Amino acid sequence: MSKRKPYQREMNNDWWLKNAFYSKYMIREGSSILITVYSLILAWGVFRLSQGEEAFNAWLSALQHPISIIFHLLVLLIALYHTITWFSLAPKAVDLYIKGKPLDAKFIVAGHYISFIIVTIFCLVLIML
Amino acid sequence: MSAQTMPTQQAVSDKVIEVEILRYRPEQDEKPFPQLFEVPYSPDMSILEALQYIKDHLDSTVSFRWSCRMAICGSCGLMVNNVPKLGCKAFLRDYYPQKIKLEALANFPIERDLVVDMGDFIKKLEEIKPYIIPATDDKCLSEGTYKQTPEQMEKYKQYSMCINCGLCYAACPQYGLDSKFTGPAALALLARYNRDSRDAGSAERMKIVNQEEGVWSCTFVGYCSVVCPKGVDPAAAIQLLKVESSKDYLIGMFKPD
Amino acid sequence: MNAQQTTTNQLPEKKYIRSHEPIFWGLFGAGGMLTAFLTPVMVLVTGLLIPLGLIDAEHLSYEKLHQFVSSWYGAPIVLVLVALPLWHTLHRIFHSLHDLGIKRGRDWQQVICYGFAFAVSVFVFTLLLQMLSL
Ligand code: SF4
Ligand code: FES
Repeated sequence: MSKRKPYQREMNNDWWLKNAFYSKYMIREGSSILITVYSLILAWGVFRLSQGEEAFNAWLSALQHPISIIFHLLVLLIALYHTITWFSLAPKAVDLYIKGKPLDAKFIVAGHYISFIIVTIFCLVLIML
Repeated sequence: MSAQTMPTQQAVSDKVIEVEILRYRPEQDEKPFPQLFEVPYSPDMSILEALQYIKDHLDSTVSFRWSCRMAICGSCGLMVNNVPKLGCKAFLRDYYPQKIKLEALANFPIERDLVVDMGDFIKKLEEIKPYIIPATDDKCLSEGTYKQTPEQMEKYKQYSMCINCGLCYAACPQYGLDSKFTGPAALALLARYNRDSRDAGSAERMKIVNQEEGVWSCTFVGYCSVVCPKGVDPAAAIQLLKVESSKDYLIGMFKPD
Repeated sequence: MNAQQTTTNQLPEKKYIRSHEPIFWGLFGAGGMLTAFLTPVMVLVTGLLIPLGLIDAEHLSYEKLHQFVSSWYGAPIVLVLVALPLWHTLHRIFHSLHDLGIKRGRDWQQVICYGFAFAVSVFVFTLLLQMLSL
């Protein structure tokens, strides 16, 4: 008779707290919560814009509330975290070969950061025009 | 021979490292329990060697798998302080003087002590048709071999380096949450054949890829590629297969089969 | 020959079910790309520089913005900037629920998550359509 009795370990719902790599993954996924709220604030801004100047200005001044400032500071940090994780994984989705050798991941990541800086500066200049 | 090894053994024996092993003996234990051992420390000693020391000198009932001792057979995978590692490729010096906690590879059922039941993993490797499927209008054997340029080989070479150690499955929370997921190594192996210029089986294998339990259970945690001892980068294989699957989806929309 | 046939018949023909994930993954990827490149600067401008007066609020005045939003080129840009990130974030939230072991009602979770992104997209789309002046 077989003495086999394989033991299946349970995976608890807090598995992502047990390993720093998993925790970072969850922060990355969790960034979407704050970014969702930010998108809703913008959607609300479009709504206020459609209601006229007074409504829109009320939306603008609501953004000056200290809670709003702190919130947006947090969103900025978490959005930057998303950017960093997104760029660091980007090479895995690239299937480019130069002279029969896979393109070095360093170049792909660097390319993303350079574009990011250009896009950011471009947007800042654009808004000032 | 023994005269040569004796002095070195004595020189290091004053330093010890604690090794805790999660034991499980199916014929007598209901669930696994930790057991502590003290092993003489030496910086060039691998975890596999520490296990062999324990088996030879402290407790002969401890079970673990190994064969090549040189990171090529893929049988000595285990959790070292909760990180999937090859026992023969992880060294005591990277943990000393801290205690080392050893446990059977995560996400697999424990067969005994550090030995896991890899049946599901092997089944998944078989399921993805891991062999070259030639085109039907195949040339005759007498016409010679299929030629491949170095560039064509480069397309899949990395994905063919897998030693089937299962570390990536132990690192994958999606496999742990739902073992229906085909998983990193099997998908990397699938990519290895789909990307081979001599293979014509892509359409068959894409059916596996396109399923929910194909690439679409993956949320790109990316830990599989970090723990892989052979630089296979299964996360990249899966990511590229997702792109392929999306193309396949679009084509399928316009000309359903 | 016969014996061979029985062996092949014994292997059950596996049924493969195609996932519809590519649609959502495509939107997720596009939204994630946009979020990675543009959300930081957007938050910086709308949430910090303008409210703190570091950039003159004139640059985001009602007049200027309304004119932009009601133009044929401004409307789609605003729609994409506001709505596309939601297809990214709600996709992640949907999968995170699975990661957290919330297994019940996966179908409903899916409807609610993507339905939410869809509803907000339609909401913004309708507003933009109203404001559009060609
Ligand atoms: S892909 Fe890497 S980690 Fe996974 S089984 Fe193969 S060699 Fe091991
Ligand atoms: S013993 Fe062969 S890989 Fe470690």
